[in-house]
This record gives sequence, C-alpha cells and structure tokens, in this order.
Amino acid sequence: MPAPIIKIDAISKSFGAFKVLDGLSMQVMPGEKLALIGPSGSGKTTILRILMTLERIDAGHIQIEGEQLYHMERNGQLLPADERHLTKMRQKIGMVFQLFNLFPHKSVLDNVTLAPMLTKGTPRAAAEKRAFELLDMVGMADKAKNMPAQLSGGQKQRVAIARALALSPKIMLFDEVTSALDPELVNEVLNVMRRLAAETDMTMLLVTHEMGFAHDFADRVLFFDGGKIVEEGKPDEIFSHPKQERTQSFLKKIIAAGHRV
Amino acid sequence: MEWDWDFVWQIMPTLIEGVKITILATVLGSALAAVVGLAIALLRRSENKAVARSVGFAAEFIRGTPLLVQLYFIFYVLPDVGILLPPMVAGTIGLGLHYGTYAAEVYRAGIDNVPRGQWEAAKACNLSARQTWTHVILPQAIPPMIPALANYFIAMFKETPLLSAITVLELMNQAKSVANTYYRYVEPMTLVGAFFLVISLCSVVLLRWLERRYGRVER
Repeated sequence: MPAPIIKIDAISKSFGAFKVLDGLSMQVMPGEKLALIGPSGSGKTTILRILMTLERIDAGHIQIEGEQLYHMERNGQLLPADERHLTKMRQKIGMVFQLFNLFPHKSVLDNVTLAPMLTKGTPRAAAEKRAFELLDMVGMADKAKNMPAQLSGGQKQRVAIARALALSPKIMLFDEVTSALDPELVNEVLNVMRRLAAETDMTMLLVTHEMGFAHDFADRVLFFDGGKIVEEGKPDEIFSHPKQERTQSFLKKIIAAGHRV
Repeated sequence: MEWDWDFVWQIMPTLIEGVKITILATVLGSALAAVVGLAIALLRRSENKAVARSVGFAAEFIRGTPLLVQLYFIFYVLPDVGILLPPMVAGTIGLGLHYGTYAAEVYRAGIDNVPRGQWEAAKACNLSARQTWTHVILPQAIPPMIPALANYFIAMFKETPLLSAITVLELMNQAKSVANTYYRYVEPMTLVGAFFLVISLCSVVLLRWLERRYGRVER
C-alpha cells in the first residue's frame, strides 16, 4: 500500500472561543478524489485553508508527501516552519476559491502566467504556451486577452482553475467553487473539474454543497459536523445508505433545500 | 489706493521666478511625501510590533504639530547638531515628511480596501511577501487612492508660502521682497493670490480627470 500524500494528525484550530477543529485526524492517498460535505461551520473549509497555509493550526501535525507542513525537522527536533519552508511546501498545493480571487488588474493570460514566471522563473514564452494549453483545457483560450471584469462568474472560475494548475500542484483544493455562481453557470465549471479528475492523477479535495457532483466526482466522501468526521465512505454508501443519524438529517435538509443528489 | 499696471509688469519677472520655485517645491515635496507615506504605511503593518508602534507614534507626532514649527526645526535647529541644509532642501524635507504622514493614511485605507481574497490568492500562487506587494496589492491599492493623494498635494501647494519663513525664494517671499522694496503691497499680494488661484483651478481640473480615470476599480 502506498504512503498517504496527506496525513493529518490530531490538528486543532479555534477562531476566538469557537473551536472549529478538535483533534482531527485523516489521511488522503495519492490521486484520491475526496469530497468534504457537511453543514456550514463544520470545519470542512477550514481544513482546505489550513492545507493552503492560509490559517495556522493551534495543535497537531500535517505531513504532505511525508514532509511536515507546519514544522521543520532540524537535528531531530520539530521546529515551527519558517516562511522558506512554507514556500517550498506550498509548491505542492493549489487552491481554487469560492469567490475566484482573480487578480482584477491583470488579463486572463497574465493571471495564469504570473505565478510560474515569478515563483519558478519560467520564461514568458514558455509560461504563455503552458497558459494557453491550460486555458484551452478550461475553454477560455479565446478570452486570454480579456480582463476578469469582462467575464461571467463561470468563466472567472474556469480561469482560476487554470491559474491554480499553472504551478502543476500535486494536490488541488476546491473550496465551494460553484457556490457563488448563478445556477446556469455551475455546470460549465463542474464539467471542467470532471475532465480534470478524469485526465490527471492529481489528488483533489473538494468542499461542496453540490451533492450530485460530489457523488460522481469523489472516490470517498467525508461528512463533517462540529469539526469532526461523523461518517465516511464510498459515495454510494454515504448518499444512499448513510448510517449516522446526523448524516441522514443533513442530506434530507440539503435535498429539501433543492440541491440535487 | 490705485492699481498700477506698470508696476505689475515691472515685478512680474521676479514673481514668475517665485512661481517656478513654488511649483518645484510642490513637485519635490509631493514626490517625497508619496514615498514617505508608502514607507510609513508599510512599516505600520510590520510584524515587528516595536517598529510598527514607533513609526506610528512618529507619524502621529509629525501630523499633530504645525508644519511651520517643523520647518523652523529642520532649518534653524538642526544646524545646532551639525546638520546644515540649504533652504530648498530643508523645505522639501519638511513638506515631504509632513504630508507623507497624511499620505500614509491614504495608503493605509487603499491597502485595507484590497479584498482579503487577493492576499489569499497570492499565497495560493506561492508569491513571496515582496511579490505579493509589488504585483498584487499595490497595483490594486494605488490607482483608487490617486485622487485623494492629489488632493493633499494641492493642499501642500497652497501651504508652500510657509517656506518663506525659512528663506526659500518662492512666490510669497518674492512678493514680500518687492513689496517691501517699493512700499506697495496691493499689486504683489493680489498677484500672489491670482497665481495660486489659477494654478489651483488647473489642478482641480486635473484632479477631476484623475478621479474619473482612477477613482473606480473594476472587479
């Protein structure tokens, strides 16, 4: 059995008095497609943000490909990671945000080429060639010269996916990437992600309220509540035969709210 | 009291020399204020709390004391500790420091207005702190603040007569000297007012244009 690409060991995180994660442990295997579902405030987005180093953890350890994320090993001791270590670790991880967060002052093409040129020293020509391949994959190559403000939400999100892919991360984090979209624009983004899942062996973690998509996309579904994994399993097990009462009531509420399963 | 056009034409070359110095002081002072303001704004966000706090205190101190007092200090007091500055240099530093503290507040607001998601996207793109500032945050923060900065620089322009107190031969000082020479005040002082009014009005037109050009950000 191969080693897990992500190993989360007893991490805790509080925002003020609110304990979002309380001693959470989980593992993700290389290439695995994971869907994290659960009510708001259950900690699922916080996990993605912690993996992207947007939030620090209060306790516990995380290993990416066997290497500590928030700690450095020096002379057999674990010290808090410095910025250099974090920069090295971040190369392995990419993230797509709910609100796209494209750079509004840069064209679509420049959004995609910026990070490779700055962080990897990729020459402009090579960065643009790669950017066009990625934009082509997400169906946005013809908008390469446009500014983000000229795009629809679905188009922005597809560009954001291309931007995250440009650094060739091993792990991709998708944080409610369709939640801010008009309903008719959701599918164009989901289709891109379906293709991505089918064509690459990237490890993907997906936080979503699109239960139907989670069902099709994921190898494994984790149901979170109160900062803990209440139930996990294959999509069919979770969506068709949830064992836990909390999972059942959550899925019932989601269906009642009009989300497809 | 009679208006004497001949006198006006006679003193005009001297006053125009003064206008040149006034404009030069404003431009140099503005440039320095823009840099000082950015430095203060960035240092106040420093993770080193001692640096952030002492820069904050110094900025409050400069903003809370009159420009005239600061000019006297730079020009007449600093020589006591061996720092002797030409009038124009002392004036530029005074204007730049004083208005830099105001500019810092504009920068602060502009930087705070960049959404948190931009910082997070920069981090997800693995940009360094420096790259985040130069490629993501400042290019978005600065254009919307240009009208507010320009407003302060116009205000600074109208305060340049204070430089006459430290012997800079700007417009007001030239007017005073011709007035004192000929014992006629009405023409020189009226012309000083007229010069300032004309340049201010032009600046306001420029400011309106800047507001239209940079005032809005598209997201």
